[in-house]
Formats: sequence, structure tokens, C-alpha cells
Amino acid sequence: MIVALLTALALVGLAPPTGVTAADRPNDGGKTILVSWTSSGDPEITNFRVLRQAEGAESWDTVGLVGRLARSFTDSRARDGVRFHYALLAVSDTATATSETTGWATSSPQWFNTDRVSAMVATLVFLFLVVFAISQARRGRGLFIRRIAGLDAVEEALGRATEMGRPILYVPGLSSIADVATIAALNILSEIAKKTASFGTPLIVPNRDPIVYTVAREMVKEAYTSVGRPDAFNQDMVFFLTDQQFAFAAAVDGIMVREKPATNFLMGMFWAESLILAETGASTGAIQIAGTDALAQLPFFITACDYTLIGEELYAASAYISREPLLLGTIKGQDYSKLLILAAVVVGTALALAFNLPVTGLF
Amino acid sequence: MKKRLPLIIVLVLGIFAVIAFVVPHPVVQSIDETVRNDVIRIITAFSLVLGIGSIIRHHIIKVQRKAEHWPFSWVTLIALAVSAVIGLFGGIDPSVRSLLPTSIGGFSFHMQTLYENMIIPLGATMFSLLAFFMASAAYRAFRARNFEATLLLVAAFVLMLGAVPLGRMLVKPLPEFAEWILSVPNTAAKRGINFGIGLGIFATSLKILLGIERGWLGGGGS
Repeated sequence: MIVALLTALALVGLAPPTGVTAADRPNDGGKTILVSWTSSGDPEITNFRVLRQAEGAESWDTVGLVGRLARSFTDSRARDGVRFHYALLAVSDTATATSETTGWATSSPQWFNTDRVSAMVATLVFLFLVVFAISQARRGRGLFIRRIAGLDAVEEALGRATEMGRPILYVPGLSSIADVATIAALNILSEIAKKTASFGTPLIVPNRDPIVYTVAREMVKEAYTSVGRPDAFNQDMVFFLTDQQFAFAAAVDGIMVREKPATNFLMGMFWAESLILAETGASTGAIQIAGTDALAQLPFFITACDYTLIGEELYAASAYISREPLLLGTIKGQDYSKLLILAAVVVGTALALAFNLPVTGLF
Repeated sequence: MKKRLPLIIVLVLGIFAVIAFVVPHPVVQSIDETVRNDVIRIITAFSLVLGIGSIIRHHIIKVQRKAEHWPFSWVTLIALAVSAVIGLFGGIDPSVRSLLPTSIGGFSFHMQTLYENMIIPLGATMFSLLAFFMASAAYRAFRARNFEATLLLVAAFVLMLGAVPLGRMLVKPLPEFAEWILSVPNTAAKRGINFGIGLGIFATSLKILLGIERGWLGGGGS
């Protein structure tokens, strides 16, 4: 009798959520409707079932199940142009209660993602600054670029290899060509290859990615041709090893131990194999110049290599080595952009501290 | 033209990628996805043939010249040939009937077995070497040769001690101080580097899109 009474009370008493609304989720490619609600605060509720009914349909479908703390649900199985309305079924251990039904909602794809306006504005500002710096370089303005020890050491490292009659090993990272760090590494390879061609130093370029291999081979070939030494180019100096990460590391370690290169360049994207490569290279007594934008691998390179290009220095390296004014202009553009970011950080922090302004919400 | 055409393709696809970043409409996204996935897969398939050609050529030359450790080149070439035969004619899935048998009695040698029992353990062996390399690298890093190395040594010592109960026993606020080093100076430095990386990626992309950086075009005449 008491149990029946309690059950009846629960059936009557369960308070469903209120203010249930449904609307097309903004800034997406369609087929999604966002359902949101306000909690009734009923502690008996364990979860909500999201119910949907299409226009003209007689039955309701369950399209989602969410926990009691959820305040919204994204229905990603909607059909563009079809009108749906929604309701929530609050569920407890002993009872259920249905909310009011929402108005009709229709999903549709958008042509512009307004969430990315700030990124677009920043891109345009940086684009302007870089183009401005390039135009300055075109006009012959002298551009000061700070010295980068790792790149100043390139000439010395190449000279040492030539004197010792030993090869240069250049590893353009382990990532694919889609990684900008790989492209930066290949651009540096082009400059290094010009110098090895001029000095007559053997060059070894093992690759993990077949596309990177084909691009690297063409770049080295072009570099040898550009300095008038096409005869010195050997097809076998750039080769594909394997796409297996640790098999590649083992093979490169083998090259380091057998060929004993005088200088090892480890440029581009590296993962767990970074220390395996750098420590093996250090044990052979080679000068090692590394460069990566992988933050987790930087400490390993800094520890085991003689010089390390940190983050942006990797991207600046080809311009720094070639000293081409247009390329140097892009580095100057980066510097202007950094100055702007720094100013924004300082001003934003000052405003936030002084007036308690929600500046982070601007972006 | 051989150089101009790739430049035009890069410029068009680069601008399209920027457009796809701000336009979520399926018309634009489907084209972007096709370029990113399908086209790149086709190019990779072609380059893989060149890659295999390269590895065969590289090892044949080593065998011909009797270069140092040349017998290992035979191992590579034989392993490549055996894998190719098993993969092409034996298939990958043992439950699907294939042209060649991929097991003799209880001994299975289909592609997945080779991968799971040879490639993965060999990779794990190389990975495990990392522990020893870390020890030797730590020894090198912790020699206080200059101010930076001393700073590194002190910071590492504080962090290590702060992560174990002994640290709190010795100095009560040490774990909090170690946490502060990680979350304040360390995070500040990482964010600074990340700003530089972001701008570097932007500038490199721009150099390629505008045709300022052309090294990637390689040879092939004008």
C-alpha cells in the first residue's frame, strides 16, 4: 500500500525541464539542430531522452539519451529542409515526465562561419604585415635579422665534413609533406645541398615518407644543378627507407654508425625517435644541428645536439641561410606580427587587471 | 610552364583551403575533403612505387659494391620480396581464401601475423632503447657546465623531488612549487614558442602560395 502510494506520488511529482527550445545550430554544414532546456532541479531525474517528431509523422523517435546534468543536445541526424519539433522525457527510477513540445526547427547549411571572423581578421592583419615587409625588402631596405647560432654553425659544420672527407646526414623529419615543418625542412635541405654541391661533400638524405622522398630528391637535384654541379648529383644520395617509425630510426642509427657522418642535420617533425637519433649521433662524435616545432621533443634535441633551432627558427632557417631579401622580408613580417601580439597581450592584461574587462571573450 | 603550372595549382588550392576554413557549406567542404583525402591518396600510391624503387635500387647498389655490412641488404631485399608475395597472393585477412596458402599446419605466415609478430616487437625493441638513451641524455644535461645547464639541473631536481612523497617530507611546499614551475614559467615559455611556430607556419605557407619560396618545385626546366 505504501509502495503504491509512493509510486503514485513519484509519477505525479516528477518535474520535467522547462524552456525547451530547438533551433538550427549556427556556423555548420547543416543537418544539425541544437535542443536546449532549463533544468527543473528535480533530484529524482536520472537522465533525459530527447524525442523528435518530423512534420507529418505520427510517431515520436528517440534521438538521444543524455545525463541529468546536461542542458543541451545536438541532433546531428536531422535532414536539411525538414521541419522537426522536440520534447524531453525526464526519466527517474520510478517515473517519467514529458516536457512541453518545442516549436518547429529546420536545419540548413551556412555559407560563412562567424565564429572564425577573429581568425580571419588576424590572418588579414598578418598578411598585410608580411606583404609590407616583403615590399620593404623589394625596395632594398636593409632588414636586421638577429643571429641564430645554429644556422651560423652550418658553414663550419659543412667545412669540417669536407676537411674530414666524411658525409653530411640530413633527416627531413618523419612527417608527411602535409606538415609545414617538413616543408621548412625541405627548404633548408635545398640550401644545404647547394653548399655540399659547392664543397663536393657527400650528402645522405634518408626519408620516411614516399612523397617527401620524391620532393627531396628533386630539390637536391635542382640545388646541385643551380650551383653548376649537376654531375656531382647522385640518385642514391636521397633514398626512401621505410614508413615504419622505429624501423626508420634503426636504419638511420645504422647509417650514423657505419658512415660516421661529420654532421647530422635533424630538421622537421620528430616523435619518440628524436632522442634515439640524437644520442646515437652524439655517440659517433658528429656535430649535430637539430630543428623542430615539436615542443615535446625540443628538450631532447637541446640536450643531445650541439645546436637546436627552436620552433620559429626552423621556419626562418632557409631565408637566413640563403639571405635572399624577399625571404628575409617574410621573417621581418613575422617579427612585426609578434610585436603586435605582444602588444595585444600586454594591453589586454592591463585592461583585464585595471578594469576587470572580459578581454578574452573578444576572441 | 613546368614550373608555372604547379605554382598555379598551389595558389588555387591554397586559396581554396583558406575559403574552406571559413565556409562550412557541404559544397565547399566536400571538394576540400576530396582534395585532402582522395587526391593525396592517389599521389601517395604513385610515390610509393617510386619509394619502393628507391629502396631496391639503394640495396642492389650496396650488394654490387660490397659496401660495409652488405649482406644485410640481402636481408632487406628478401624480406621485401617475401612480404610482397605474401601480401599480393596470400592476402591480409586469413579468413578470406587466397591464391597462395598462408599457413602450414599450425604455423601461420599471413600478412597480419607477420606484422603482429615481427614488425611490432621489433619496433617495441627500438622504442625500449629510449630508456637507456634517456639516462645518457640526462647525464649529459645535468652536468652544470654553464648558467642555463645549472638552471635546467635545479629545475629538474625540484620537479623530480616534488613528484615523490620524499619531497613533501623534506620541504612541505615543494610539490606546490614544482607544480608552479610547470604551470607558470613552463607554460609561458611554451606559449611563446607556440606563437612563433604559428607565425612561422603562416609565413612559410604564404611564401609558397606567393611563389617566393620555390625550392620545392625541384628541377624540370622552366
